[in-house]
Amino acid sequence: MTALQVAIELLYLIASVLFIFSLKWMSSPTTARHGIWAGEIGMVLAIGGTLLNRGMSYHLIAIALVLGTIIGVPLGRVAMTAVPQRTALSHAFGALCVTLVGSAEFYLRSPDISRFMMSVLSLEVILGGLTVTGSLMAAGKLQEILPQRPLTYKGQNLVNFVLLAGAVVIAITLVLHPGERSLFPFMILIALAFGVLLIIPIGGADMPTVISLLNGYAGLSAAAMGFVLNNKLLIIAGALDGSSGLILSIIMSKAMNRSFTNVLFGAFGQVQTSAAAGEEAKPVRSATPEEAAAILSAANRVIVVPGYGMAVAQAQHKVRELYDALTKRGVDVRFAIHPVAGRMPGHMNVLLAEADIPYDRLIEMDEINGDFPQTDVALVIGANDVTNPAARSDTTSPIYGMPILDVDKSHTVMVIKRSMNPGFAGIDNPLYYLDNTLMLFGDAKAFVGSIVRELGGGHG
Amino acid sequence: MNSSSNLINALFIFALAGFIGFEVIRRVSPLLHTPLMSLTNALDAIAVVGAIVLVGMHESRLSTIFGFIAVVAATSNIVGGFFITDRMLKMFKSSRPAANPADKSVTK
Repeated sequence: MTALQVAIELLYLIASVLFIFSLKWMSSPTTARHGIWAGEIGMVLAIGGTLLNRGMSYHLIAIALVLGTIIGVPLGRVAMTAVPQRTALSHAFGALCVTLVGSAEFYLRSPDISRFMMSVLSLEVILGGLTVTGSLMAAGKLQEILPQRPLTYKGQNLVNFVLLAGAVVIAITLVLHPGERSLFPFMILIALAFGVLLIIPIGGADMPTVISLLNGYAGLSAAAMGFVLNNKLLIIAGALDGSSGLILSIIMSKAMNRSFTNVLFGAFGQVQTSAAAGEEAKPVRSATPEEAAAILSAANRVIVVPGYGMAVAQAQHKVRELYDALTKRGVDVRFAIHPVAGRMPGHMNVLLAEADIPYDRLIEMDEINGDFPQTDVALVIGANDVTNPAARSDTTSPIYGMPILDVDKSHTVMVIKRSMNPGFAGIDNPLYYLDNTLMLFGDAKAFVGSIVRELGGGHG
Repeated sequence: MNSSSNLINALFIFALAGFIGFEVIRRVSPLLHTPLMSLTNALDAIAVVGAIVLVGMHESRLSTIFGFIAVVAATSNIVGGFFITDRMLKMFKSSRPAANPADKSVTK
């Protein structure tokens, strides 16, 4: 090793340490912003170190860096409701980078590639390729360019399996005969097609799991790239990203009551056909904004349960005004956050933080569930399935076993909802027919606005 | 150094980094799972270093073109990822100015 190579390796080492600290500081909102600085410094050192390599010509690199920055800035400025699709898109970009580098390395080195190297390279481009198209599909579904409805057909799993098997057969052939250059594009094409087919059968409600899983795939493919290039920094960053994606997908699949193998094989999001027939005529009790305001202002403890419907109605700022008005009256207001309340892990927290609701008022499901029996009012805004008591008791329900927020145990439940139509998963919610439930029919933003007006709140 | 000892070293690094990742990510507050994902996304774009070498070394026309696109894609992730993570984290404010960061993870 020359002195220059040693220096570059040392810079990579510092960057690795900074990356680990960066993630460590994400453990709390008070230190999290240090994490960004650590990550940025690490990134600058690593890129700087790479540019020191001998024999480099810089003008194309500079153009590419500038172009990437021009594309990156608007991607960093999207609305908070659009963060899930932005994240999916960036998984696609990351995987695109990995797949292109892997392909270039293949054509530069073939046929002089060891068997191990070719296996890792195949893993890199297959994982990368399927993540590129899979993430683009996920982004399209989240942006509602593509139908959110799951598309299923007969023999779907068989088709997917045959495709994947085809890619593996090509990979094995290339491992044995790395000179067969003409086979390589087919492996990439199959991986790209597989990514599309993998996401087609998945419905919008499963997107938090899908995004996490694609995050994990992107990380693993980057780690594989690290093996190919013998770059330790890449292996470490890829392993960190991969384990992050893996942990988040486990958390999400638990929150949706799906087994992890179920998730790994992409079998999630099957169409759940529930019998919604017959019982439409059950009586419900409803209330006006005046009545709701009176009940809320008489309460001591209120828990708000926000769902994605709240974000769709853009009601989070009105909810903040409600929080302010009630807090001013001495009511203890907290927010119960179900892990899949948004369109990606933690999304609901970001949406509420954007509306200036303090983060120590946002309580995760396991911590707040024991408090519902001592709660005067649970106010459900735009959430449905995550409050469905059938998940606890009704073994025939498609969501049976899914962990829910026990809102039905509070003294009074108020549900803001447009109509009695069942929610995203098309499952009827017995919560609405309970004796202690009041239905508040209307648009979430308008209804919360009228409650705030009744409370004499308004802004501030 | 021969390639098989390189390989063993790399596997050690991968296994250990995986463990560190698992332990560190497990402790991330669920509050911050969205910024966590955008941050890991930006860090993952360190793959740009491989692409930069491809572009800089000009070994073939194909590798230069692929590398160029790869640098653009990864750079947009780095810039966009850090930028949006910072925007999100700036929004998280406590109701008690003298914040109590540790109590949530420690007490239960």
